[in-house]
Amino acid sequence: MDLFANLALGFDVALTPFTLALAVAGCIIGTMVGSLPGLGPSNGVAILIPLTFSFGLDATEALVLMTSVYYGAMYGGRISSILLNIPGDEPAMMTCLDGYPMAKKGRAGDALVLSGVASFVGALLATIGLMLLSPLLARVAYLFGPAEYFALYMLAFATLGGIGSNNQAKAALAVCIGLGIATIGVDSTTGMTRFTGDNMHLFDGIDFLVAIVGLFAVSEVLVFIESHGKDSAIGVKLNKISIPWGDIMRTKWTMLKATAIGFIAGLLPGAGASLGSFLAYMQEKSSVRDNSEFGKGDPRGIAAPEAGNNAAAGGALVPMLTLGVPGSGTTAVLLALLMTLNITPGPTLFNDRPEVVWGLIASLLIANVVLLILNVPMVKMFSKVLQVPPAILLPGVTLVSFVGIFSLTGSYFDLLLMIGFGVLGYALRKMDIPSVPVILGILLGGHMEVNLRRAMVLSDGDWSYLFQSNISIGLWVVAILGFVAPFFLRSKLKVPTQST
Amino acid sequence: MKLSKLKLMVAGATLSIAASSSFAAECIAPANPGGGWDFTCRQIGKIMHDIGAVADPIQVTNMAGAGGGLAYAHIVNERDDDGDVIVAASTATATRLAQNAYSGMTSDQVRFLGAIGADPGVIVVAKDSPYQTLNELLDDVIANPGKHAFAGGSAAGGYDHLKVLMALKRKGFTDIRKVKYIAVDGDADAITQTVGGFTSAMTGDISGVVSFIKNGDVRVLASFTDERIEIPGLNAEIPTAKEQGIDVVAVNWRGLYTPKGASDASYKKWSDALAQVAASKEWADAMEANGLVKFTKVGPDFQNYLNGVMQEVQDMSKELGVLK
Repeated sequence: MDLFANLALGFDVALTPFTLALAVAGCIIGTMVGSLPGLGPSNGVAILIPLTFSFGLDATEALVLMTSVYYGAMYGGRISSILLNIPGDEPAMMTCLDGYPMAKKGRAGDALVLSGVASFVGALLATIGLMLLSPLLARVAYLFGPAEYFALYMLAFATLGGIGSNNQAKAALAVCIGLGIATIGVDSTTGMTRFTGDNMHLFDGIDFLVAIVGLFAVSEVLVFIESHGKDSAIGVKLNKISIPWGDIMRTKWTMLKATAIGFIAGLLPGAGASLGSFLAYMQEKSSVRDNSEFGKGDPRGIAAPEAGNNAAAGGALVPMLTLGVPGSGTTAVLLALLMTLNITPGPTLFNDRPEVVWGLIASLLIANVVLLILNVPMVKMFSKVLQVPPAILLPGVTLVSFVGIFSLTGSYFDLLLMIGFGVLGYALRKMDIPSVPVILGILLGGHMEVNLRRAMVLSDGDWSYLFQSNISIGLWVVAILGFVAPFFLRSKLKVPTQST
Repeated sequence: MKLSKLKLMVAGATLSIAASSSFAAECIAPANPGGGWDFTCRQIGKIMHDIGAVADPIQVTNMAGAGGGLAYAHIVNERDDDGDVIVAASTATATRLAQNAYSGMTSDQVRFLGAIGADPGVIVVAKDSPYQTLNELLDDVIANPGKHAFAGGSAAGGYDHLKVLMALKRKGFTDIRKVKYIAVDGDADAITQTVGGFTSAMTGDISGVVSFIKNGDVRVLASFTDERIEIPGLNAEIPTAKEQGIDVVAVNWRGLYTPKGASDASYKKWSDALAQVAASKEWADAMEANGLVKFTKVGPDFQNYLNGVMQEVQDMSKELGVLK
């Protein structure tokens, strides 16, 4: 196999001083963009596309810059999750669940370093997977039709359990709210509009970034105002920053498992990084013997989603490059970038344009190392954000969120919608209903419904179509086991579940 | 430390300003960066300036939403007399206008400049499909409509869906509501569903399938063009639907519109610039690289073409039940 020759070609293209500088710049910009609520990797890349044209970058340089921003944003998303309990982007949502409690215990630095290392492991292994197996893995997408996708999403929701709350009923209610919101917009199966009130701003559905910023950031401000600034959740103490070797070693298997799960989720078009981090977290939580610390700052609850979402980011590049099918929002934007550079991804890309593909892979490896190096000193910088008094920090974060959302859509309506979600988030908090499942419902609900509808069209409404292939049967079995097993295991292991 | 937080904010703000500030002349792409409309604005805008058809660079603004509806409403309601703005349009714009999908706004509320390139419609099957010609496939669909499904990138009732129905109608099949169609996320996704065996055929545009043809994963049964299309680097000839006796010409044209209230002078300025781009070598290269074919209709000629297409879309949509 001429893998090394290819890789040498890649590094040859990607290792010029200028492209290296671009990679470093991209990593820094990406980390910042990722850490700002309201700006995720897809927006970071989308906003920068016009700049690559005005700078006159060639294809490889543009790709190096964009993938550095992409990976950087995937790293950066965790920062505000851990420090502020506000996810920087949607895949980093799961990191809030344990990252923020850990930071609250005074271990913000440990949480940041641990999640940085987990991100590195996930991204590195995924890039290697992309390098070795791409042409082979591309075939995976051919195996998944509507029925299989539907079963996959059912699996995700079946394992949801009491996520973000000890009360399963409230978590389930939150998911239903999210699923309901996901039905807003034009129904692609009939072309009819649903719940839009004939308002064109709602035709494309609700952007989950608007929902995330509203539910997390704006509602945080509302709670803060209500308590006259005394009862801020953002009262995190800062400890001395050292590398938590113990936690890293203890979570090494967690990271590897999460990487595998995340990578596979990334391979499937549409599922993407959010599903990757979600499944990685849920799998970790349900497979360890003692999961009573989950949700309270368990290191495994940080390592799993971070390794998972970064691995998914790498995995999502496989269908994008080999089939031209984007596996996530960000790869959709990268795909668009490739097309504007007159590169059409597809099965022949690896043969037609090896310098582009291997340059991209080399730049991913470079970006990953740069990010790991940058992240240790940057952790200090970022964690100092916590020393800013909440009365200044919170409005600042909200301000940036507003600017971020407006710059994406240019629509006042989305800002109003965001405030609406803030009020909803406030109400949910008062009722102790978790917000994370709401977002999951919005994120995954649309895909789940659309695939069910497609399956029904293909089968003329015959439900047995959903259980016909081996893959879908397998997924259903795992889903049912995942749903039922906790009820039995819980009584056997005597793990306290209703502690609050 | 507050300083670096401040830097962050400034960086964010600068980025957003860089992305949305407007210059003298503006081309609005009614979608996110990437994709057909964005391409139209960026390529045509750049070439207009490069060949000297306009004096200043044209700033591209992305205004996504409602399948182009938000940008349309923005032009009609807020920029109606602005002579310095052009908007990217395509077959999808016309289809949605014909189907009343822009909240009741109509095609005569703007002025179409014209189209200067087109992405030909195609019907594609997996390489192991039993169907060798469009007629074989369509005959079997007519005999057993329940057995077949088409996958395409546009929503149900969109142009990818309608192309199949037009072809079936030419063969005398009228029960078009029986034909199964699933809307997926773009041409490439439609291909994976077809290669995976979940649907019988894919309906889309040629630019999205070239790589799969070269790879040998799929076979093109027909293109909906007047003449056979040539793809650089591909030997296989693609037969047209017309030569197989099915008289359907359906392309995804790429063009522009301007506000209706803008002066005739500005309309003439933009149509001249567009015609110059159409005749340029730069545009020919850009078209070839992106799988587009020559399709130049500017001014009244284009308006006539558009009216015809919209009438057909409207009639079919009523039959299909997506339009009342």
